[in-house]
Amino acid sequence: MAEMASVAERVTEEGKAPAMAASTVDLAPAKMAVAHLGLRYGDFSALRDVNLVFPERQVTALIGPSGCGKSTLLRCLNRMNDLVAGCRVTGSVLLDGQDAYRFVDVNDLRRRVGMVFQQPNPFPMSIYDNVAFGPRTHGVKRRADLDEIVERSLRDAAIWDELKDRLRKNALGLSGGQQQRLCIARALAVRPEVLLMDESTSALDPISTAKIEELVRQLRERYTVVMVTHNMLQALRVSDRTAFFLMGEVVEAGPTDDVFTHPRDGRTADYVAGRFG
Amino acid sequence: MNSSALREGTARVLFSAAAAVSVVAVVLICLFLFVNGVPAMAEIGVPEFLLGAIWRPANGLYGIFPMIVGSIYVTVGAVIVGVPAGLLCAIFLSRFAGARMAMLLAPGVELLAGIPSVVYGFFGLIIMVPIIRGLAPGHGPSLLVAALLLGIMILPTVITVARNALDAVPRRYYEGALALGADHERAVFCVVVPAAASGLLAAVVLAVGRAIGETMAVIMVAGNQPVIPGSLLDGVRTLTANIALEMGYAAGLHREALVATGVVLFVLILLITLFLNAARKRGGR
Ligand SMILES: Nc1ncnc2c1ncn2[C@@H]1O[C@H](COP(=O)(O)OP(=O)(O)OP(=O)(O)O)[C@@H](O)[C@H]1O
Ligand SMILES: [Mg+2]
Repeated sequence: MAEMASVAERVTEEGKAPAMAASTVDLAPAKMAVAHLGLRYGDFSALRDVNLVFPERQVTALIGPSGCGKSTLLRCLNRMNDLVAGCRVTGSVLLDGQDAYRFVDVNDLRRRVGMVFQQPNPFPMSIYDNVAFGPRTHGVKRRADLDEIVERSLRDAAIWDELKDRLRKNALGLSGGQQQRLCIARALAVRPEVLLMDESTSALDPISTAKIEELVRQLRERYTVVMVTHNMLQALRVSDRTAFFLMGEVVEAGPTDDVFTHPRDGRTADYVAGRFG
Repeated sequence: MNSSALREGTARVLFSAAAAVSVVAVVLICLFLFVNGVPAMAEIGVPEFLLGAIWRPANGLYGIFPMIVGSIYVTVGAVIVGVPAGLLCAIFLSRFAGARMAMLLAPGVELLAGIPSVVYGFFGLIIMVPIIRGLAPGHGPSLLVAALLLGIMILPTVITVARNALDAVPRRYYEGALALGADHERAVFCVVVPAAASGLLAAVVLAVGRAIGETMAVIMVAGNQPVIPGSLLDGVRTLTANIALEMGYAAGLHREALVATGVVLFVLILLITLFLNAARKRGGR
């Protein structure tokens, strides 16, 4: 508890003053951090001087109106933006203090920083093969090991009981909510250190959403989670920290309670109160 | 309102007529084949016709078994040659080639599709047959040349259909694989290609249809002996070649036996297509 509070104190200022944020990035026991991050899609500047830390074993929510760059930031953290032609990144993304763009092998980075997409995207193959895909990619071959990983991952994603009798069935036959939890299981199967979730509940019904929120609350005991959400209540319910974006810039970032109850910036106050965006 | 109803009505009539034309054509062809072919089969005797090993119309021997085997051999050979090459080429065009490379290659593939089969046959006759003759004196026109040539001829079909299937695979599968730490090759071969499996099989179905139905090019390079080939270097006669070679002068039962050969070809293609489509549906699920 005391440790978390001190983390919170040290990083409270990051959104406000970039210069100070850079120094807090060095201090915080951050799992991931971005410093002076800028990103351009061709001529369009999608992110400008973003400074954020993602402390270990905490859930950070990214909020902001559509098009403000939340997904873009998320896709910098595991370098999915590398796929976009004409996308240029400046500044740094750090994973355990290492520059993700320079020193870490990109496939290794993506193994350590998993991602769950907005639309559930299970592969058109069996449930088992979906979950086993990641471990197989990284060299797990023994059947017994794979069985164990598949079961553990599905249990961690709170979907083992629903699926254990149909592991050989095609994953596309599952409901949207089940598919999304399967995708979470698939991401967990490679034992990532960080989990990125981009509006992972926006296509789901309230019950599936509640299940996934509960799941995220449990995951944070072992993983560092960064989630994009348009649902203010969801951010309040599951996140430890919140960063509010506007037009490619961080307006305010800090402990979720502070951002929602005592926002320092008028625009944050307006947004969380639902007055614009 | 009235005029739009009128327009809709006209469109409906036109479309129905167009659909009817193709259905009527299929029905008429079937009817023609069976009406002319089945009595001959009955007269010759179905087992003697289908399983008879000797085709000698002058002596009243009408066994088409060598031609059935010949068609199957040539088609299988063409599939062995053309399908792997075509699929790999499609994967390359769809997922590995840069935009410029694809722009250079794609028209080449289209050009390949536009070459008349008699020109392919000519190529086989004056280039491939002499090469085989050089390598294996005494041989030339053969199963091997026919299979190789047909393998090349089915390439554009395989490549175009397979490439479309691969291009249609949703991006999110590929991204999902990368996000798990897979590299490009693994994402393509272990996720994108299996996801396109149904479309790739459709490419194979079309290619098989093309190969088994091809006539002109095969006649020019296959040797056409109505005997079951004992080796790759032996000559071979296909069902299509049998019809095309003899229809010009055949009369009476001989002529009807050739139509009956057409019936067998038709049923063979139907069976293969049904079988492959069933496999495709099974795989797609
Ligand atoms: N591949 C791309 N090429 C060019 N511009 C892009 C690309 N992807 C995103 N953008 C632009 O970058 C900006 C930020 O996009 P991003 O997807 O990060 O927004 P977002 O905050 O996730 O929005 P939403 O809440 O709607 O998902 C938008 O203006 C968008 O149009
Ligand atoms: Mg987004």
